[in-house]
Amino acid sequence: MATRPQSVISPAQSDDSGDDQADNQRDLFLATYRWMLLARLSEDRLSALWKAGKIVGGVYLGRGQEALSAALGVNLRKGSDIFAPLIRDQAGRLAFGEPLIESMQTYLGSRLGPMRGRDGNIHRGRPREGYYAMISHLGCMVSAIAGGLMAKRFQGDSDFVGATCIGDGGMSTGSFHEAMNMAAVEKLPLIVLAANNQYAYSTPSSRQFACADLVDRAIGYGFAGHSVDGTSLTDCLATIGKAVAAARAGGGPQLIVGTILRLAGHAEHDDASYVDPIIRHKPFAVDCLRAAEEMILAKGWLAQSDLATLRNAVMNEIDDAVSTAQKEPVPDAGTEDWCALSSRHLVDGHLA
Amino acid sequence: MSITYLEAIREAQAKALADDPRVYIYGQDVGEFGGAFKATKNLSKEFPGRVLDAPISEDAIVGSAIGAAIEGMRPIVEMQFADFSSVGFNQIVNHAATLYWRTEVPCPITVRLPSGGNLGSGPFHSQCMEALYAHYPGLIVMTPATVEDAYSMLLEAVAIDDPVVFCEHKYLYYHLKADALPTDALPAGKARIARPGRDATIVTYSAMLHEALAAAEELALDAYQIEVVDLRTVKPIDTDTILASVARTGRLLAVGEAFPWGGVTAEVIARVVTEGFELLDAPPQRLNARDTPIPYHPNLWAAHRPTAPAIVNALRNLLRM
Repeated sequence: MATRPQSVISPAQSDDSGDDQADNQRDLFLATYRWMLLARLSEDRLSALWKAGKIVGGVYLGRGQEALSAALGVNLRKGSDIFAPLIRDQAGRLAFGEPLIESMQTYLGSRLGPMRGRDGNIHRGRPREGYYAMISHLGCMVSAIAGGLMAKRFQGDSDFVGATCIGDGGMSTGSFHEAMNMAAVEKLPLIVLAANNQYAYSTPSSRQFACADLVDRAIGYGFAGHSVDGTSLTDCLATIGKAVAAARAGGGPQLIVGTILRLAGHAEHDDASYVDPIIRHKPFAVDCLRAAEEMILAKGWLAQSDLATLRNAVMNEIDDAVSTAQKEPVPDAGTEDWCALSSRHLVDGHLA
Repeated sequence: MSITYLEAIREAQAKALADDPRVYIYGQDVGEFGGAFKATKNLSKEFPGRVLDAPISEDAIVGSAIGAAIEGMRPIVEMQFADFSSVGFNQIVNHAATLYWRTEVPCPITVRLPSGGNLGSGPFHSQCMEALYAHYPGLIVMTPATVEDAYSMLLEAVAIDDPVVFCEHKYLYYHLKADALPTDALPAGKARIARPGRDATIVTYSAMLHEALAAAEELALDAYQIEVVDLRTVKPIDTDTILASVARTGRLLAVGEAFPWGGVTAEVIARVVTEGFELLDAPPQRLNARDTPIPYHPNLWAAHRPTAPAIVNALRNLLRM
């Protein structure tokens, strides 16, 4: 995988420039904001491509979840940490180091992308590089990451964490419960970031769980628990940063529950008409991206014109990725090898 | 020296652990206790930290094995009873089985399924799950019927870069003995002619091999020579050996302990009918357990699963056709 592109942001002069810690916080905020912006605008493009009939299958957007997701991605270390993003983690994928082109290649079915046309949309990953490829069955990636961490422990590695994401719906699965319990028993440096986005597809939280707050479950599992306002990038960076550091330092598993509202349907084919109008106006319906921009302006970190320049640069990057992916070859049934095993001689019907 | 099928499984795991630091064993009660059937007896002492008790969580056990395999390990996981693998089914068929095809990263895990019926085991501790797993692309399904195969195939399962569902038979654990462990063996995917013959072919696997051999022995008293094919691996299935046998005998009886509907026996017959119809002198037949859950009482259990007398009856009918 390519190294992370450098941020195009050159932080403007600010009142905090004399204070190293404040500088670092500002730089991290701006860098993370850029991943959020890249995620949002690239997903807007995916939505447009889907509406134009250029993408088959579902398009699942992380709109509203970018702050949580990106804040996790920037806290992970490519090369030593392992990460299993889930449906709405475009921002976290990018922040962890996925080149933008790979989402476009996957959605557009390029043969050169990581999934080679064999699997689509959010299922992509490069497991050998610590970036696991999710399956649709929610909860399954929690134990997979836990096993990856067990392997690293067996191999005598140190200084690593593993992270995965889930939603309030996925937290109802048996797979999730089994894996959380197992990770706690094994005392693994596992971070589980849960986005309570109020709806699991169309089912509201009231039909999904009956506990007062999902973070309370951490106690039962034997996890440390953290609550975070998922609309506030500042809060996300601080809380997730603290949780990742705790796991890295040997503090065991960490559950972080962020509250947001999914600012889109479950997928682009879903108009989210079931969302309660009252919920639409609750504090968690704040758009984290807009809130981050307002903070950047209020703090004087960037001017309005800087944000516009940045947005243009990001759009150009997206144009390049889409254009490249659209020109790439698509899979061909005639040259496909139709082998599900790496042990070719054991593929049924292909015995030597 | 005499060694049981169960001891062969233990010895194979001991050798795999000794030979390869990437191997570890994870499952319920496999640690100090040595496993519900003692298939991991003393292994946690011999290999400290590498034979670990897992919580009762089949889904998470298999899921963790997948993650560990991605990171370069070669986990062996025990499902305690094959029946309980249904709780880990999703991770096996949707996650492990698709991983290589989706991502080009192999998933070298071995999932041990103590399978099949035992006296008094009832509906939840007796099932044969091989056909279910064989249904899914991306999995290898082994069903060893002999002490020698239990040993050599388990070692091969651990060495193979793809997920293997290893269906070891509980009835054979203590009933089967061999003089020594094998030094060489047929590879996975190859069937064995367990008994040569010319009048009819039985295709079978796992514990039913021994019922089939006993049935063939009985018919030999009437001068019938029954050929018995032991599939050894049900996926991939060795169609060539099956067809070659049917070409010699002209008659086919497929025998399996599993439920009948859509099972391995159905697959065997489908392949012979579609690829070797002209070889057949009579309609191919099959014999399976009855299509009910597996009963507890010995009177019912003995009539529920195929046994040598039932196979003899089926053969006599087949030979009259």
